[in-house]
Amino acid sequence: MLDRATPETKEQSAEAPRPVAFRGAGFTPSGSRHAGWIGLVIVIAVWQLAASTGWVNPLFLPAPSAIAVAIYKLAMSGALWQHLSWSIMRIGTGWFIGTIAGVVVGFAIGLSTMARGVGITFISALFPIPKIALLPLLILWLGIGEEPKIATIALGVFFSTAISVYSGVDAVPRNLIRMAQSFNVPFHAIVRRVIWPGALPSILAGFRITASIALLLVVSAEMIGAQYGIGAFVLQAGNLMQTDQLLAGVVILSLFGLAVGKLINLLETKLLHWR
Amino acid sequence: MDLIADHISHSFGALDVLDDVSFTVGAGEIVAIVGPSGCGKSTLLSILGGLLRPAAGAAELRGAPPADSLNPLTFVFQDFALLPWNTVEENVAFPLLHTGLSAGARRAVIDDALRRTGLTDFRATYPKQLSGGMRQRVGIARALAVRPAILLMDEPLSALDSQTRELLMEDFVRLLADGAMGAVYVTHNLEEAVRLADRVVVLSRRPGRIREIVTIPMARAERGLSDARGRLASLQGDLWSLIRKEAIDAEREVQHA
Repeated sequence: MLDRATPETKEQSAEAPRPVAFRGAGFTPSGSRHAGWIGLVIVIAVWQLAASTGWVNPLFLPAPSAIAVAIYKLAMSGALWQHLSWSIMRIGTGWFIGTIAGVVVGFAIGLSTMARGVGITFISALFPIPKIALLPLLILWLGIGEEPKIATIALGVFFSTAISVYSGVDAVPRNLIRMAQSFNVPFHAIVRRVIWPGALPSILAGFRITASIALLLVVSAEMIGAQYGIGAFVLQAGNLMQTDQLLAGVVILSLFGLAVGKLINLLETKLLHWR
Repeated sequence: MDLIADHISHSFGALDVLDDVSFTVGAGEIVAIVGPSGCGKSTLLSILGGLLRPAAGAAELRGAPPADSLNPLTFVFQDFALLPWNTVEENVAFPLLHTGLSAGARRAVIDDALRRTGLTDFRATYPKQLSGGMRQRVGIARALAVRPAILLMDEPLSALDSQTRELLMEDFVRLLADGAMGAVYVTHNLEEAVRLADRVVVLSRRPGRIREIVTIPMARAERGLSDARGRLASLQGDLWSLIRKEAIDAEREVQHA
């Protein structure tokens, strides 16, 4: 038989209770949807004010309104699309080739003892080389057309992709693989249904990095040897002291990077909804 | 179908883990494996299930598995081992995808496994949305779906709170009651061992050797009755006295390691 007590109330005691001090605040930062935009608007407003009132020389730092006008004129003349389309073509092709090769090599390193032994040594040796330093050599090998620029981007993307893929494969919990093996699931199905989705968060994080690398390399490559492209445009504007045009190119690069980031966010939301 | 541990020994590098372990699990029999921490219980189960090659000896099967069995030796894992990107239904379907079952037959098997484990209403749920107990139910449903002859259960309740453990233990008793499936049940919980097993294999501290094989002298069906509790507690006490000193020694060994 259970001996049930009646619930106690604080009125039963003569001494007045005092609240327990709350000590659990902080260490839980949360993003605010509007704070970033508000901050950006404030910075642009201050910048505009500084340029309009003559605090800064517009030759060194043109006003945001001047940059907007430059972008508008570029768009209307068709030059923006011409430069942008060349850059997108180079980035797209280089990123695609580098990513496919990186995913294949990354999976091979993640799954095969022999590939791991050979691959990690090569990647460790070649990854730290600034890929843009190889452009002159690639021009010698591939000629002065688009190939060396695309190859430079592909090389830069390849190493980071391969590293993020095999790190992702390594991070797949071994108990899931053992579970699949215990049900006699074939190797290819374990790769497709366990290892690929398990490595996907790392692979998509790698995409975010390689998109930035591709952007960096396309601008560098276009500055070295291209007539069209955002990098070439920025360099020409700099040589002519057209700083509004130069910053227009920089803003376009920033917007392009933001768009790619959004695209990867969308991919993550769609493919990693289970997290 | 019998599962035989035939003079199994194993070591990890210089660390001897198992030493000459032999016993047989008969058809429909439940054998619990208990012993001090680090005595090689889980290693032994991995060897019995073909996930680890022993240094010496072998795990063997005698007799044909049931005709409808899709995976005669099937694990239930301590950490559930569910695919977090798959729903409950997809997790249960996972081992069936490569068995050659038609889509209709597969659906019937999945429905049956979900019904038997009380998961029908949770089929579209993801593992992260479930409690620990419900996740282990998914692990059990997945195991049942392949109609095993012998379940290999590696401390399946140890990651759960005591109330959930009690509920799942009742489920195990019910699912194994008809004797259609045998089981090897690795546990450090002696109460679970005497409640569920027909025989208890007691291992010594590392390297694990068979210290004793104890038969539980009570039909499984009787153990849920209230007057059986005293006898089960007494059996549990007997088992504890067998392993107590070694458990203390093993504990000290772990602390000094």
